[in-house]
Amino acid sequence: MAEIVIKNVRKEFGDFVAVKKSSFTIEDGEFFMLLGPSGCGKTTTLRMIAGLELPTSGEIYLDGEEIGQRPPSERDIAFVFQMFALYPHMNVYKNLSYPLVSQGMPRAQVRAKVDEVATILGIKDILKKPVGGLSGGDRQRVALGRAIVREPKAFMMDEPLGALDAEFREHMAEELRALHDRMGATTVYVTHDQLEAMQMGDKIVVMNNAVVEQFGKPQDIYDMPATMFVADFIGSPSMNFLNFQGKVAKGEELVTLGDQTMSVPTLREGASGDLVFGVRPEHIRLSDDGDYRGKILATEYLGTTQIITLDTPNGEVKARIASDQPATVGETVGLGFNAKTVTLFDKATGRALRSELNEGVLAHG
Amino acid sequence: MSAYSVTEPSTRSKWFAGSLVILYALITMIPLAWIMLTGFKSPSDAISYPPKVVFEPTLEGYVNLFTTRTRQTQEFLDANPPQNWADEIVREYDMVIVGPSKFGERFLNSVIIGFGSTFLSVFLGTLAAYAFSRFKIPLADDLLFFILSTRMMPPIAVAIPIFLMYRNLGLSDTHLGMILLYTAVNISLAVWLLKGFIDEIPREYEEAALIDGYTRFQAFYKVVLPQAATGIASTAIFCLIFAWNEYAFAVLLTSATAQTAPPFIPTIIGVGGLDWPAVAAGATIFLLPVMIFTILLRKHLLRGITFGAVRK
Repeated sequence: MAEIVIKNVRKEFGDFVAVKKSSFTIEDGEFFMLLGPSGCGKTTTLRMIAGLELPTSGEIYLDGEEIGQRPPSERDIAFVFQMFALYPHMNVYKNLSYPLVSQGMPRAQVRAKVDEVATILGIKDILKKPVGGLSGGDRQRVALGRAIVREPKAFMMDEPLGALDAEFREHMAEELRALHDRMGATTVYVTHDQLEAMQMGDKIVVMNNAVVEQFGKPQDIYDMPATMFVADFIGSPSMNFLNFQGKVAKGEELVTLGDQTMSVPTLREGASGDLVFGVRPEHIRLSDDGDYRGKILATEYLGTTQIITLDTPNGEVKARIASDQPATVGETVGLGFNAKTVTLFDKATGRALRSELNEGVLAHG
Repeated sequence: MSAYSVTEPSTRSKWFAGSLVILYALITMIPLAWIMLTGFKSPSDAISYPPKVVFEPTLEGYVNLFTTRTRQTQEFLDANPPQNWADEIVREYDMVIVGPSKFGERFLNSVIIGFGSTFLSVFLGTLAAYAFSRFKIPLADDLLFFILSTRMMPPIAVAIPIFLMYRNLGLSDTHLGMILLYTAVNISLAVWLLKGFIDEIPREYEEAALIDGYTRFQAFYKVVLPQAATGIASTAIFCLIFAWNEYAFAVLLTSATAQTAPPFIPTIIGVGGLDWPAVAAGATIFLLPVMIFTILLRKHLLRGITFGAVRK
């Protein structure tokens, strides 16, 4: 049970800055996702919480206590490694009991505890086996078991499903989430897979280039991205960016895209110069009578929906429409945008302009 | 007819490869076998020409190796009947055994110095290799190069400075002196070999141990050491072979108390003519410890040599 507060944390490796002044709060019992492309600093952040790296500056609080510079053994945080890191010279039972033995727990108690965890994870029958011959899923379970056996304050997981094949991954993701709900312990989970983050997380931090881009609930991040990076990184296909030049003012509800006027959520701040009109593929409709027109370049059939690629005056646009709706390559059609969902970005900074849509999220983000 | 396969060698090439290996093994084994046989020959059989492969075995060489003897008059021999089988053998030459030779002592010196320096080299080498592998050490590459550079000349090149240093420090002809010397020579090999092995052990194992509540040192000896066992074993074999066989420094720096077997064995020649069977017997016994040590660790050695060739 623990609340983790990251405050102005910075990490340098020589000249390289891995994490720049990051702050966010992980509430007690949350399943918290650290999401970002490789090299963005998410794993370094996780390792700093666990104590495997010490921050260059800034503080980390665990339940109100500053632990930033303490060794991992004094933090009571468990860590599940990407490649599991099961001790190869020990069998499953010894791997599971290892964290308990270090605490000097009596033998009988260790046995009872390991048995309990093995029952939860369904690995009782392999306790005597060496870890070398285990399947990926069983290794994963043993790694989880080693983490939960000592009932730590929080779990750190570094892409724990990354080493599993796709089919099994989904199953393990469900199992993991169920385990978390059952134990209710704070979990911090690193992944580069935005689908995994959306599917499993209570909250997500999106990192890029050593910086926290946004943090919040998955729905908020998806619907109200704070930056162009987040809008682009989350969602598949990602958000469409229509570039335009112009000037918008606070309170406006209309923007001019080329020769077309589009309505947008009421703006709470103004901007000028290179701007971007961001709209998610599912918020675009195709209609014959629309004034904003585009030529269909390609269609991609995905079962219940299809992805239509269109050539518009402001660049290529992808739309997600029902697959029974007719769309022929080469045809020119009108596009309609769902005005309430549009986000405007300032291209120079990559930041979203505050509007009626996202002001609640951006205010604390 | 077997199906054609790209990866599976054909029967003919297997036979060819097998014969080559056997041929090579024979060539390398012949001197060894010859030494071992000579140890059981009589002096005249040992030097006979053409060489004898079939001969009547005798323990004369071994008896001569382990004993000192004196020639006696016929009256003395008649008055004192042989005490045991060994005495009987030397009576043929009108001699009696008067005591043990120095061989046992020298052999024990070899064991103390060889295994002592091997232990020290591997112990220090493991700690240094771990530090180089895991910690940020300023100028680590330069230090590693410096360590290796101690092997860029033949050690004997610095024999005279070492001789003088040892004399002044009182290390000449001491076990400690020889252990330190062989450790100094072996340590670069140990550090480099072991660093390679430890580099290949994923850091996650130690990190997992740190997370599980162990200190850095506990993580090192409970998790890293068992993983590095292969590397440690093969490094130990290489170190032992060097220290065991070293001749030049042993001749130079030891004479009485700490003399090892290699400088001692040739001196057998000087006692009462060329006693080749005794020399051969000494060489045979001298081979045994390294052979046993290597056989005990051969599983590790084989893996050690091929280590890093295949990525897991």
